[in-house]
Amino acid sequence: MEVAKLTDVTRVYKIGEVETRALNGVSITIGDGEFTSLVGPSGSGKTTLLQLIGCLDQPTSGKVIIDGKETTNLNRNQRANLRKGTIGFVFQFFALIPTLTAYENVEMPLLLNGKNSTERKQRVLELLKAVDMSERAHHRPDQLSGGQQQRVAVARALATNPKLILADEPTANLDTENGEQVMEIMKRLNKETGTTFVFATHDPRVIKYATRVVTLRDGVIEKDNHTPAK
Amino acid sequence: MMNYFKMAYRNLGRHRRRSVLSGLALAMGTALLMFVAAFFQGEMRSSLETTLRLNTGHIQVRDADYDPDKLSVAWDYLIENPDQVAAQIETLDQVQAATPRLLASGIVSVRDDSSGVEIMGVDPASSANDPYRHLVSGDFVTADDREGIVIGYPLAESLGLKVGGQLTLLINTSDGNVDEQVFTVRGIFTTGSTAYDKGIVLLPLAKAQAFSGAENHASMIFVLLKDREQAEAVAAAMPSQNFQVKTWRELNSLLVLINDFSNAYITFINLIVLGVTATVIINTLLMSVFERTREIGILTAIGMKGRQIITLFLAEASLLALGGVTFGSLAGWALSAYFAKVGIYFGDLGISQGMILDDRIYPYLTLDSAINLIVTAFIITVLASLYPARLASRMEPVEALHGAK
Ligand SMILES: Nc1ncnc2c1ncn2[C@@H]1O[C@H](COP(=O)(O)OP(=O)(O)OP(=O)(O)O)[C@@H](O)[C@H]1O
Ligand SMILES: [Mg+2]
Repeated sequence: MEVAKLTDVTRVYKIGEVETRALNGVSITIGDGEFTSLVGPSGSGKTTLLQLIGCLDQPTSGKVIIDGKETTNLNRNQRANLRKGTIGFVFQFFALIPTLTAYENVEMPLLLNGKNSTERKQRVLELLKAVDMSERAHHRPDQLSGGQQQRVAVARALATNPKLILADEPTANLDTENGEQVMEIMKRLNKETGTTFVFATHDPRVIKYATRVVTLRDGVIEKDNHTPAK
Repeated sequence: MMNYFKMAYRNLGRHRRRSVLSGLALAMGTALLMFVAAFFQGEMRSSLETTLRLNTGHIQVRDADYDPDKLSVAWDYLIENPDQVAAQIETLDQVQAATPRLLASGIVSVRDDSSGVEIMGVDPASSANDPYRHLVSGDFVTADDREGIVIGYPLAESLGLKVGGQLTLLINTSDGNVDEQVFTVRGIFTTGSTAYDKGIVLLPLAKAQAFSGAENHASMIFVLLKDREQAEAVAAAMPSQNFQVKTWRELNSLLVLINDFSNAYITFINLIVLGVTATVIINTLLMSVFERTREIGILTAIGMKGRQIITLFLAEASLLALGGVTFGSLAGWALSAYFAKVGIYFGDLGISQGMILDDRIYPYLTLDSAINLIVTAFIITVLASLYPARLASRMEPVEALHGAK
């Protein structure tokens, strides 16, 4: 079973007269339960590819199929609907809502999915425990360290049990110890729940966890190595 | 829904000073408008009341040929046996008082000073003449006084007259001639309207009739009702043969029109002022939208739909509006209530178009206009916030997330 299948995808950014081919005819299939790294030099198209898989953006040409659904013709709301049930995001900056506590941040996607309050409470507590943040449940993001914020973000990405979690340089702003901790958590969740993870990263510490490493260069896939799982 | 308001409340708290200031702009606008509405209403109400009380009454019964602009006392234009007619009208249930009045034009002079006046013959016994019994000094004339006169305070001032002083009164008589006589000032009154008080002198009806040659005639029966809204019904029940029966609405058609117009005028001012406060709110929300670009991107990424983002910003605007309008209407109400007690002094505002203005205006806030304003202010604010809210909801998640870095 595949979670995402991209066929001959091209994304051209146009700013005034200048055209940038961020992706140029990329085809890739992400299988269920993968723990995949996208690597490559800066500007090679990693973020762009993640955004297309995540339905945050639409390709200039080509086909994007997520969880068996063709997404190219979906409107904004339909894409939002697809995202909220199927895909979770972890960003490089610790993308929490600053006015909400750790607890409320994790609760947000559950609210958007219309879960009732007992379900929500149970799930949020379970997730905060899984990322070792139970003690700080009622802290605001500015009262948390970067590593703690990123763990909350991981919990939030997992909240609705999405099939696929996309993480764009999740460890880039973390020190070694915190970076390892976040990766350990994600790896554990990948094993326990079978959730598929795709990272964009430069970080060798992240790459070493990956079961598959896809190398991009100038908008095309240069290498695609499956490595034995650790 | 609760969650939207919780988030909105916290978002407003992020820039507390900015939120408070824009709420305050709305509050000030609301307070100001409420006071303006109260002021206009107070002015219209008191001018209407004063005009009815002093000048037109609720109903006037006059000879079919009477022309109020001429002040003629020729018999053809007058009612015969007015006491009888008045007594008959007073038997009607809805009537509070009915009294004959004779109106003539004349000139008051004291030594070299003179002043054109309206001479009004009144029945001193009738309660309809109570407004003239607010005496600054002296006493009201009695029914059988043949040399006494009552004049207004501003006229007495300008002619240097005191109680007991004498003046010469010139009158246009029924046969088209002029007569004159010396009168002694018995009392000096004030009705609260300088403009009105400086142009009128009062004689007992019998003396006025004899002096003008009107004999057993009067210009009108001046009728006050227990409830002025009954005027049309009562007027219809009155004898109309040889008479013209006029209600206060007909007698003050211009005033009624001005009243209606002033409502439109207030609505217009409301829209202008609220338009200005709305731009303050729009501006505040726009700033929030741009500052929160990244957050909006995150919310969109985790599956929030455009409609939900709009709701979030509308909740913010509603909270601002709620705070601003509540605070503003309390302040506006307090301001109106205070000045409703003490009044606002303007002095002689003159009489224009038959509209008599008191020297002091007492704001009067009706529940209707208060609610009207509160609802309008709220709706305009929330409508205005639709623009920034829609802007937020249309951000592409990719760009929103990018804008963050
Ligand atoms: N919104 C945009 N508008 C215009 N050009 C863009 C936009 N986003 C990305 N690009 C361009 O597309 C190309 C690929 O960018 P992308 O962000 O996907 O690279 P990346 O591999 O994620 O790089 P990095 O490792 O630095 O994050 C770059 O040349 C970039 O300048
Ligand atoms: Mg990138």
